[in-house]
Order: sequence, then C-alpha cells, then structure tokens
Amino acid sequence: MSDTVHAGNEDHGSLRSYLTGFILSVVLTAIPFWLVMTGVLDSKIATEVAITTLAIVQITVHMVYFLHMNTRSEGGWSILALMFTLILVVIALVGSMWIIYHLNANMMPGRDMGQMP
Amino acid sequence: MTATGGNATTGAPVFCLTEEHAHAGGGSTLLGFWIYLMSDCLLFAALFATYGVLGGSYAGGPAPKDVFELPLVAVNTSMLLLSSITYGFAMLATYKGRIAATQGWLVVTALFGLTFIGIELYEFAHLIHDGAGPQRSAFLSAFFTLVGTHGLHVTVGLIWMATLMLQVGQRGLIPENVRRLACLSMFWHFLDVIWIGVFTFVYLGGMLR
Repeated sequence: MSDTVHAGNEDHGSLRSYLTGFILSVVLTAIPFWLVMTGVLDSKIATEVAITTLAIVQITVHMVYFLHMNTRSEGGWSILALMFTLILVVIALVGSMWIIYHLNANMMPGRDMGQMP
Repeated sequence: MTATGGNATTGAPVFCLTEEHAHAGGGSTLLGFWIYLMSDCLLFAALFATYGVLGGSYAGGPAPKDVFELPLVAVNTSMLLLSSITYGFAMLATYKGRIAATQGWLVVTALFGLTFIGIELYEFAHLIHDGAGPQRSAFLSAFFTLVGTHGLHVTVGLIWMATLMLQVGQRGLIPENVRRLACLSMFWHFLDVIWIGVFTFVYLGGMLR
C-alpha cells in the first residue's frame, strides 16, 4: 500500500525509530530542566552552556527521528535548504546579540552623558 | 545532426526542454512544504533574536524569575513531546492504510495539542492578571510575541488537523490525504523543534539571568 500511495525514496520511519527518538528527547528534555530547577551546577555559565548543548543535540534528534532528515531525502535538496537556513539563523542570532551587546555596553544609562564632548 | 542543438527542420536554436517530462501529482509538494518551514524558521529566528536582545530590559518590571513557573513549563513541554510521538504513530498507521488507527492517533495528538494551548493561555492570562502583560516591559513584549507566535502556529496546526480528520473520514486514505497528513506531520514536528528553543532559551535561560 505504502509503495503505491507514496512514490519516492523518503524514509517514513518505523515504530522503533519513533520510539528511539521519543526516549532520547524525553531524556534530553529532562536533563536541562533538572539542571536549572535544582541548580546542580554552581556556575550559571556552565549551566547555560550545558542546556544550550543539550538543546542542539535534541534538535538534531528531532530532525533525524521525527522529520526523517538525511542527506538523501528529496535528492539532497532538503538538507541543502536546511543548511542554508541554519547559516542565516546563526548570522541573524549571533549578529544581533553581538551588535546590541556592544551598543548596550556603550549606552548604559548609568554613564554620565554630560561629560561627553 | 547539429552540434549546437538547434532544431533540424527550422534551424532555430532550442534552449529548453519543449516538453516537460511527467511528474507524479504533488511530487514536489513535500519539498515545497519543507522550504516553507525553513522560511518559517527564519521568522522564528528574528523573534528569538528580538528576545535575545530585549530579554534583559525589564523597565523596573518583573524579571523571568518572578513570572515563570518551571513545573508548568515542564508539563507543557511534555504535552508537545507526547503529541509528537502520537502524530508519529498516526503516520505509521497512515502508511499501513489503517483509517481507524490514523483517526484515533490524530484525536490523541489533537488532545495533547489542545492541552498545550490551554496551559499556555492559562499562563498568559495569569501573567496579564498579575500586571505582567506585553505592554509592561520590552522583555515581556518580546516574550509574548515569541511564545504567542508559536502558540498561534500550534492553533493553526490543530485547525488543520481537524480539517484532515474530516477529509480522511469522508474520502479515506487517498494519496492526496496521505500527502496532506505528511505535510502536517512535518509542520507539527517542526513546531516541537521550535519549542525546544523556546523552553531552553526563554524559560530555562530566563531563570539563569
């Protein structure tokens, strides 16, 4: 049945792959919540790095197990579009944060603007 | 036989295929929908960047620590995660041609989605009631825009799901409906991916500020 209704070489996933993805994402969701709610790591920076890393891993898990992303789907066009989007997303996020951080650092309301020439 | 690829009888050069080769109906729909999702991803990137820039501007108002309730967010996250796996089960049933199982899993998915939206609306109402509405500070404006846009997407997904349940009920798992279900599957899982960013950077990251 599936062969007739769906021509193509896409991977539809199996019960096993969906369950693997689900268990992985439950674990990858539980750990960051646990880290933040209990404050196990003393350093805030370390916690931030940990939850960011876990989020990236979880997004990858969802892409592979739920969205069936691989280098072959749609003849490679899906992954190409994804890569292009990721580059744009990184530029938008990092660029905005970087520029506005420096802007804020130079425009602190605490600074006495009257002293400026 | 011309080396330049020109038409032998008229001599006019031909630069493209004059006859398109056969495509199966809707053969490129899934790729097109994926491209749409990527553009949606850029929309969310802009909102995430806005939140990243404005997330620390409280204007003397409440900070994330004062307004976010992590247990509620954890419940909400599990609702979306559960709805993702149940939609996966619906797709497995779809590809096996089981109409009743598909409909059943779609109903379960929709219930999880509705619970998610319900909890989010309760959270929003609670915040606004406490004077922490979107107009209170730049942080709250950015928060409501980002999380609200995600919630709006989930709501549209639920309307789409109800429509498809009617379609499948009336016409069964015809190729068109299988394709539509596959598109909604991508949309639904994509929203879960966006939510990973929301709970990590907005809620958990907010508590660390």
